Amino acid sequence: MAVMEKMTRASSGGMISGRTMFCHLDAPANAISVCRDATQVVVAGRNIFKIFALEDEGFVERLNLRVGRKPSLNFSCADVMWHQMEENLLATAATNGAVVTWNLGRPCRNKQEQLFTEHKRTVNKVCFHPTEVHMLLSGSQDGYMKCFDLRKKESVSTFSGQSESVRDVQFSMKDYFTFAASFENGNVQLWDIRRPDRYERMFTAHTGPVFCCDWHPEDRGWLATGGRDKMVKVWDMTTNRAKEIFCVQTIASVARVKWRPERKWHLATCSMMVDHNIYVWDVRRPYIPFATFEEHKDVTTGIVWRHQHDPDFLLSGSKDSTLYQHMFKDASRPVDRANPEGLCFGLFGDLAFAAKESLMSGEVGRKPYAGGDRRYPIFFFKKPDVTEQFAQVSSALSVFETAPGGAPMDWFIKTARRYLLSGRPFAELCEHNAKVAKDLNRPQVSTTWTMLRIMFSDPANPSSSSNHNLSKLGNLPLMNSFSMKEMSSALTERNKENRQDNIHNLDSNLNTTEDNEETEGSEGQAEYLFGDAELDDDDLYSMEHENQAAEEAEFSLPQEAFPLRHEIVDHPSAPEPLTEKPESPHVSGSEAEATCLTPMESFSLISVSSSLLFPPHLPPAFFSPVVIAMLRYYAEQGDVQMAVSVLIVLGDRIRREIDELTQEHWYMSYIDLLQRFELWNVSNEVIKLSTCGAISCLNQASTTLHINCSNCKRPMNNRGWICDRCHQCASVCAVCHHVVKGVFVWCQGCSHGGHLTHIMDWLRNSTYCPAACGHQCEYT
Amino acid sequence: MNSSTDICNNCRAALREKEKGMKVPQHISSGPSSFIPESEILEAMPLGDHTVMLLAEEFSGRMDNLTQVMGLHPHYLQAFLRCQYYLLRMDGPLPLHYRHYIAIMAAARHQCSVLVCQHVQEFEQIGVCSDWLRGLEHCPQRIRNLNEINKILAHRPWLITKDHIQALVKTGEHSWSLAELVHAVVLLAHFHALASFVFGSGINPDPEVAEVTGVADDLCPPAVSGICSCHLTNNGRANDSSPGNTNVGSELEVLMERMKRLQEEREEDEASEEEMFTRFEKEKKESLLVGSGGFDNNKVVPPSPVARFVDDPSFGYQDFARHGEDNLPTFRAQDYSWEDHGFSLVNRLYSDVGHLLDDKFRTACDLTYYNMASHEGVDTSMLRRALFNYVHCMYGIRYDDYDYGEVNQLLERSLKVYIKTVTCYPERTTRRMYESYWHQFRHSEKVHVNLLLMEARMQAELLYALRAITHYMT
Repeated sequence: MAVMEKMTRASSGGMISGRTMFCHLDAPANAISVCRDATQVVVAGRNIFKIFALEDEGFVERLNLRVGRKPSLNFSCADVMWHQMEENLLATAATNGAVVTWNLGRPCRNKQEQLFTEHKRTVNKVCFHPTEVHMLLSGSQDGYMKCFDLRKKESVSTFSGQSESVRDVQFSMKDYFTFAASFENGNVQLWDIRRPDRYERMFTAHTGPVFCCDWHPEDRGWLATGGRDKMVKVWDMTTNRAKEIFCVQTIASVARVKWRPERKWHLATCSMMVDHNIYVWDVRRPYIPFATFEEHKDVTTGIVWRHQHDPDFLLSGSKDSTLYQHMFKDASRPVDRANPEGLCFGLFGDLAFAAKESLMSGEVGRKPYAGGDRRYPIFFFKKPDVTEQFAQVSSALSVFETAPGGAPMDWFIKTARRYLLSGRPFAELCEHNAKVAKDLNRPQVSTTWTMLRIMFSDPANPSSSSNHNLSKLGNLPLMNSFSMKEMSSALTERNKENRQDNIHNLDSNLNTTEDNEETEGSEGQAEYLFGDAELDDDDLYSMEHENQAAEEAEFSLPQEAFPLRHEIVDHPSAPEPLTEKPESPHVSGSEAEATCLTPMESFSLISVSSSLLFPPHLPPAFFSPVVIAMLRYYAEQGDVQMAVSVLIVLGDRIRREIDELTQEHWYMSYIDLLQRFELWNVSNEVIKLSTCGAISCLNQASTTLHINCSNCKRPMNNRGWICDRCHQCASVCAVCHHVVKGVFVWCQGCSHGGHLTHIMDWLRNSTYCPAACGHQCEYT
Repeated sequence: MNSSTDICNNCRAALREKEKGMKVPQHISSGPSSFIPESEILEAMPLGDHTVMLLAEEFSGRMDNLTQVMGLHPHYLQAFLRCQYYLLRMDGPLPLHYRHYIAIMAAARHQCSVLVCQHVQEFEQIGVCSDWLRGLEHCPQRIRNLNEINKILAHRPWLITKDHIQALVKTGEHSWSLAELVHAVVLLAHFHALASFVFGSGINPDPEVAEVTGVADDLCPPAVSGICSCHLTNNGRANDSSPGNTNVGSELEVLMERMKRLQEEREEDEASEEEMFTRFEKEKKESLLVGSGGFDNNKVVPPSPVARFVDDPSFGYQDFARHGEDNLPTFRAQDYSWEDHGFSLVNRLYSDVGHLLDDKFRTACDLTYYNMASHEGVDTSMLRRALFNYVHCMYGIRYDDYDYGEVNQLLERSLKVYIKTVTCYPERTTRRMYESYWHQFRHSEKVHVNLLLMEARMQAELLYALRAITHYMT
C-alpha cells in the first residue's frame, strides 16, 4: 500500500504544470477543495457549488452541483471536502446544520447522495478520514462532533466537546484513530475515534476562538492552530503536555492554516477580516512572511495546496468571487522589500541601531549618528540554512550609550523644575526664565526670553528686538539686516550716550545675526565635532554641550559671541530698582516697568523721543506673527517645553492668535514628556495654567475618592461624614469625639483617626492609639 | 420655573395621549423603577459583589437607578459596567466630552430623558464646550455629521451602507478617522440599546440629576414623580392585577409544556427548506402587525427639551419587512457574525473593546439561573435564544440554522408586542405592556428579558454598522 502510494506520488508529482491564473465565480466562495490527482477543484459558498477542471491555460467549469429550481439551504455551504481516496465522493457542511455527501458518479443531475441533519446549528467543518473510505467527521456550532459511516443513515458516534462551538476538526495524518478539534473558547481537544465519551487531552491554545488547525503532513506530532488572536501556533503533541514550539504573529485573525507540502517549516495562512493576502510563513522566521500572494480583492476564505506532494501550486477562493491558482515562483517576497535597518531609543536615552552588515562596515569610520558617545558593536549572524531560500540577512546591531552622569535630557528636567510660569509680573517671569536658560547653557532660549520681555513689556523699544527675533528665526532676508544696521547707526547718532545700553544691545543683536548666518552655512564644522567626539572622555563632555546646542538651536555659537552675549543677558538685572518707581512715564497698567529704559529718571524724556522715533503704533500685537513663528520653530525643533512655557507666560497676549488644536497638541506633548520624567507637580501646574478646555479637563478625571461607612461597611453616598444607610456619623475624631468634616487622618494599622491637629497633638505625647485599641500608631 | 412649565406640558401631553386611548408610562412614586417595586430591587442588592462595588467609581458613591435595577443580575452588571466604563472613560480615540455628547445624541433619539440628563450632567462636569448643550446647532459640524448614522442606527439600521461611512470618513475638514468612527458607532449602539432597557424596565430619573444647574436646567425636570397630578393618580398598584390574571396558572404550564415538546420534537421535525424560509418570513411579517397598530408611525414627536439634540425627529422606526424582500436582502448571520467578523474589526480599530463587548454579549446570552417562575432546574436556553433571534429577525437578520417556528411557539403575542415596542420604539413602552406578559414570572426575570433584548438590539445595530465599515474598507 505504502509503496503504491509512493509510486503514484512520484508519477503524478511530476505531471502538474500550469501558471498563475484565475477565474470569476458568480458568488463569493466559502471553501475550496481539490481531488486527489489535483486535476479538479470544487468551490462551495452560500450561492455557489461548482467543480472546475484545472487545465494548463485556465479553469474550466465542469459541473454545477447546485441544481433545482429553488435551491435549498442544504446547498449553502460553510465547508467542503473532496475525498482523498474516492474520487467521486464529496462532503459539504451546510449553514443550516446539514451534512451532505455527494457522489459524482450518480447518473442523474442531482448528485446528492446522503443528508444528515443531526446537528442543530451550523456545521463549520467536515473532514474525511485520510485512509478510511467511509468515515466522515463533522464539527458544529452546537458544540458536538459527529462521526458518520457513509454506509449507514445515521452517525455512529457523537463527541461532545462540553464547551462552545466547534470551529475545525482534522483527522491526524499518521495516527489512524486520532483527530483534533478546535473550539470557539480557545481550546483544542484531541480525541480517539473509538472513545466518544471523553477527549484524550485538552489544552488552551489561543485567547478567543481557534478558527482552524492542521496536522503536519509528515511530522506526526505537529499541529498548527490559528486563532482570532492573530496568532498561528505550532504545537508538539508527542510530549505529555502539548508544547508550543513556534508562534507566528500575523496582522489579522487567522481563518485557515495549511502546511506546505514537502517543506517542513512552511505553512500558508489567510485571514478572516480586513487582510486579503495569503501568507506563506517559515515558522522559524515568525516576523516576516516568507512569501505573499496579493491577488485577492476581498478576504480569502479557502486555501488549499493543489497536490499533496507539490509545493509550488496554491489554490485559493475568496469573497471577491474569484478562484485563483498561484504559482509559488510568482509570489512576492516581502523580505526583498523589507528595510533591514532599525533604530530605537532605549528607556534611558540609549540608541540602538541595526543595519545590514555590509552597510555598517563601510560606514563605521564615518559615524553618521549624532548623540552617540561610545559604541558597542554587537554582531548577529543568522545561521546559514541551505534548505530554505529565505534571503540571508546578517545585520549588525550597534548600541550607543550616553555617557554616565550626563543624561541628555537633564536640561529638560532642570528647566521644567526651575521655570516660573505664573505668580509674578510678566517681566519678572521672563527674566527668571531667561536666567534659568542661561544657567543651563542654553543661550538661544535665554535670549528668546529676554526678547519676549522686551517686546511685550515696553511699547517704546520693541522694534529693534523684534528685528533681532526675526532674523534669528531666519524669516528675514539678508537685506533686512542691512537696513537694521542703518537704523542702528541712526540711533547711535541721535542718542549716542544716553542709550548706550540699548546700542550695546543692538550691536550684539547684530552680531548674533551675523553669527547665525555664519554657522548655518558651515555644517562641516559641526560634523567635525562629531567625528572628534570619540577621542576621549574629556572631549566627550564638551561635545555633549555642543551637541545640545546644535539640537536645540540648529546652530552652534562660535566662541566670540559669548562675551557679548553675556552682556545681553546680564542687562535685565539692571533696571530692577526702576520697577519700583511709579512716576515713570511708561508704566502701563499692571505690567512691570519697561526694562530697557536707562535707570535715571531724567532720561525719560529722551526715551520719549525714541518712542517718537519708533512710533507707538507698534503694539504688542505687532509682534504676534513673529512670536507665533518662533513658537512653531521651537515646537518643530522638538523643544515643546519652550513653546508651552512661552505660551503660558504670554497668556492672553498670544493665545488667540494660535489655533486651539495646535496649542492642545503642544500641551499634550509637553505634559506627556513631563509625566515621563515623573515631574508630576510641573505637569499639574501646566495643566492648571493651560487655557485649552481639553487640557484643563485632564485634571478632572478620576478625582473621586470612595469611602465605606465604618459602621455598616457600605459605600458612603452623599456626604463623607454621615452614612445614609445606618444614619451614623462615620468619621468621628478619636480624640474629641466630634464629627470630622474636613481633613480626616487615620492610622492604616487600626483605622482610627480624627482631626489632623488632634491626632498630631495626641501622638506627640503618646505612642498608642487615642481610641484605646492598643495599637501603636505612628505619625510620619 | 422653567421646569414647572415643562411638567405642565408633560401633563398635557400625557392627557392627550390618554384621550387617544393610550397609556403613558406610569410612575410608582419612588424607587429606581416605575415598573418594579422598590422592595424587589433592594432585596437583590446584597448580591452585589465586591468587584461591582469597585466599578462603582462611576457613580461617585451612590448607584443610579439604572444600576440598581440591573443589579438584579450582578454577574451581568459587572460585564456591563466594565464595558461602559471603558467606552466612556478609558483611553480611546474620542475625547471625553465627545463621548458624552454622542451618548446624549443617541439617547435623545429615543427621547430617553433619564440617559440624556445623566450625560448632560457628566458633560457639564467636564466643563468644556458647554454651549453644545444648547442644542445640535451649537456643536461642531463634525459631530453634526453623525446625525445621519445616528438616526439610521436608532431606527432602521438595515439602511446603513458604505456610502454613509464614506461620507463621514472621506478626507476633509470634518472627517472622522476610522477608529473614531468605530468608537462613535459603538457608543451610539450602546446608548440606543440602553434606552431600550431604560424604557423597558421603567427606570425612574435619578433624583440628584435634578440638581443640575446652568444651561441644561430645563432638560432635567426635578424627579417627575410625585409632583405631577397625572402620576399621582396612577401610582397605586391596585389596578395591577389585570383581568388576564385569571388564567395565569395555566399560562406558565403551557409554556413549559411547549418547550418540552419542542425539545423532543426536534429529532423528528424534518421541516423542508421552503418551510423554514416561510417560517422566518412569517415571523418577520407578523412582527409588522404586532404592536405598532395604535400608533401613527409618522406622527410628529411633541417638542420636548430633549428635542434639541435630535435632528430630523420625524425619522422613526419602519418595519423591515414592509419593504419587501427584493430591495432589502436578508442579512445572513452566517456571512457576517459578531464572533468571526465584527469582533475582529472592532478590536482592530478600537483596541480591547472587542473583548469587553464579547464578554458582555456572552454574559447576557449565557446568563441563566435554571429557573422559570416557580419552577427550578429548567433549561431556558431555548427561550433565551428565541428572544434573541426574534429581535434579530425584526431587524432582518436571519440564522440559517434556526427554526423560526420556535419563536411562534414560545413567545406569546403580548410578549411579542412588548419586545417589538422595547426594541423598536422604546419610548412608547407602557407599564401595561410590561405587566401584560408572563404574569407569574418574577421581576428579575423580566429584567433578564430586557437585558437580552438590549444586547440583541445592540448586536444587530453593530453588525449592520460594522458590515458597512467592512464594505467601505474593501
